Amino acid sequence: MNFDYNEEQQLLADSVRRYLGKAYDFESRKKIVAGQGWSAEAWAQFAEMGLTGLPVSAEHGGFGGGAVDLMGVMEAFGEALVIEPYLPLVLAVRLVERGASAAQKQALLPRVVEGKAKLAFAHNEKGARFALDAVRTRASRKDGVWRLDGGKAAVAGASSADKLVVSAHSEAGIALFLVDIGKVSLQTYRTLDERLASDVVLRGADAEPIEGGLAALGQAVDFGTALVCAEAVGAMKFACDSTLEYLKTRKQFGVPIGTFQALQHRIVDMYISVEQARSMACLAASKADAGGDSRSISAAKIKIADAARHVSQEAVQLHGGMGMSEELKVSHAFRCLTVLAREFGDADHHLARFAAL
Amino acid sequence: MDLNYSAEELAFRDEVRAWLRANLPQDLREKVENYQHLSKDDLMRWHRILAKKGWVAPAWPKEWGGTGWNVVQRYIFDEELGYAGTPPIIPFGITMCAAVLLRFGSEAQKKRFLPRIYEGDDFWCQGYSEPGSGSDLASLKTKAVRQGDHYVVNGQKIWTTLAHYADWIFCLVRTDPTLEKRQEGISFLLMDMKTPGITVRPLILMDGAHEVNEVFFDDVRVPVENLVHEEGKGWTVAKYLLGHERMNTGRVGESRRQLARLKEYASGMMQDARWRDRLSRLEVELTALEITNLRFLDRMRRTGQPPGADVSMLKIKGTEIQQGLTELMIDATDPAASDPLAEAVRKRYLSMRKTTIYAGSNEIQRNIIAKMTLGL
Repeated sequence: MNFDYNEEQQLLADSVRRYLGKAYDFESRKKIVAGQGWSAEAWAQFAEMGLTGLPVSAEHGGFGGGAVDLMGVMEAFGEALVIEPYLPLVLAVRLVERGASAAQKQALLPRVVEGKAKLAFAHNEKGARFALDAVRTRASRKDGVWRLDGGKAAVAGASSADKLVVSAHSEAGIALFLVDIGKVSLQTYRTLDERLASDVVLRGADAEPIEGGLAALGQAVDFGTALVCAEAVGAMKFACDSTLEYLKTRKQFGVPIGTFQALQHRIVDMYISVEQARSMACLAASKADAGGDSRSISAAKIKIADAARHVSQEAVQLHGGMGMSEELKVSHAFRCLTVLAREFGDADHHLARFAAL
Repeated sequence: MDLNYSAEELAFRDEVRAWLRANLPQDLREKVENYQHLSKDDLMRWHRILAKKGWVAPAWPKEWGGTGWNVVQRYIFDEELGYAGTPPIIPFGITMCAAVLLRFGSEAQKKRFLPRIYEGDDFWCQGYSEPGSGSDLASLKTKAVRQGDHYVVNGQKIWTTLAHYADWIFCLVRTDPTLEKRQEGISFLLMDMKTPGITVRPLILMDGAHEVNEVFFDDVRVPVENLVHEEGKGWTVAKYLLGHERMNTGRVGESRRQLARLKEYASGMMQDARWRDRLSRLEVELTALEITNLRFLDRMRRTGQPPGADVSMLKIKGTEIQQGLTELMIDATDPAASDPLAEAVRKRYLSMRKTTIYAGSNEIQRNIIAKMTLGL
């Protein structure tokens, strides 16, 4: 039993936090959001710090990191409300590592490590909600060439990616493909949490098959769920810390509002929610690394979804009118947590899965 | 990061589990499982079985009968007791009075009381709360006036759990009512329940059970040698006891057993999605508590420091979960059922409301976290 990060994990998390504290404060983030929606400079730094290589195997120049290795990074990203599409990259890399040919990997992964190539994970379709097998995009093969027809919805990071990992139905069932971004058309928009996502239209798009189907998708999504848990813990920690700070400094009736017991008990409950969520994020990451115990990962996501709602709503409420304001980071944390609570399945979805497993 | 027990810890758990399976008397296990009343004889029979095995007071120093187990082993042991469904080890003697004596008691007091606590010869109760002093314990009024070699005690305690079984009571009393800082006038006194002037009167709770009492003190003469620590230092003693290791206040093992029991009891309801979701959420809360508990334990093992105010979190979540389980259990019970188990389930729902009130109400626990951890 040991709940600490090892030295390498701690050093990495510290250096990410240090970098974000310096170069990704709320003002810098605002500029990125108002600009092109992601920062090439930040991405180059991620590569410099080894983050783009973290999920990539040592064979292709990376570090072969698992969920626990990524956990501290995701927490730090959550605290800073990082909007760059790092998680989509991680999931796509894992699917490529698992199913792509040696030549495909060699062509792609070293460039990912260097930060020169970006990948995104294009699986979700309109109306699927959280059903993993709701794939209507078709894959067909003619003269030895695979082509995809259909559409993917709300694909995070597609507009900055070079290639997409796309799921599609072939005759053999759900299969996975690599598609150049130039072969698809994108309709890009900002999501509730100020990130860029795209609806992807595939019309006879050339695709390279990689191995893997529904089971591989399930593993990738469980892994991603564990990372979302860690990211949410970071965002909740920020929301809780900043609310506590506000209670200590905001004065009404001549005293800090943190002296009022009605508010003290509410912030204590927020604090407890964050601690309980952190415990479940540890569980999810450990299980994801141990081959994925889906029931435990669902349990974690239920707790994280509930806690994210609780902590984000209370953070806004205890900030009063200021909590509603776009000027304060806490309202952006609220947006982020609203999305993370539902990412890869909301509480209801995971409750159903938890009971069924 | 590794959330699992080590191989040695697992072996220890298996050893405890196997021993409990072989040594917990069937009739006691069934009483506990079916929420039946446990008599003093039931409690003491189990106490003596553990004492004979040498496991009744694991946290004590070895010279007084402790097992020498580390904090993780002690936690595993406590949780296994809960999981197996043993009668409880009543904490007033083994956990509370003994901890005070070991820290503040004189050699004579230790020699006189500890072996009898260990063997179960003396049953102890705790005299803290008073009619006017609940959460605001320092406002207590029961007074002890020194007269020669004795203190003369007058006043009243309330909510005194199992005072009607007790041979001894440890009490906070006011020895100096004149001090401005009221905490400084309090002392920690041990009293023989047979002393003339002590009257115990039952307080029947809403489940009909006699568990707590009022205890009246009317010119009770207590030898000065029964004072623990110095006169006026009772608050220090009380605070020490509050900060004493409370790693198992979450009672995860016990709740795991109740959850399994509930699933079996309500197996016919699993098709109902609303019911299933309520049950699942509670299981998730329990898992979160369990891991939080292990995180604290891991921190404590490595730093040697108890987690302090954060332990209050374990009490809050643990008792909320215990109550949640009784709530689901009563909801799973056919309103028309009148069998003994259904009756016991209903009474247990009533009885378990006490858990968020006793041992520092959950509101007080939140005050503690607000002040000590969050600095409010």
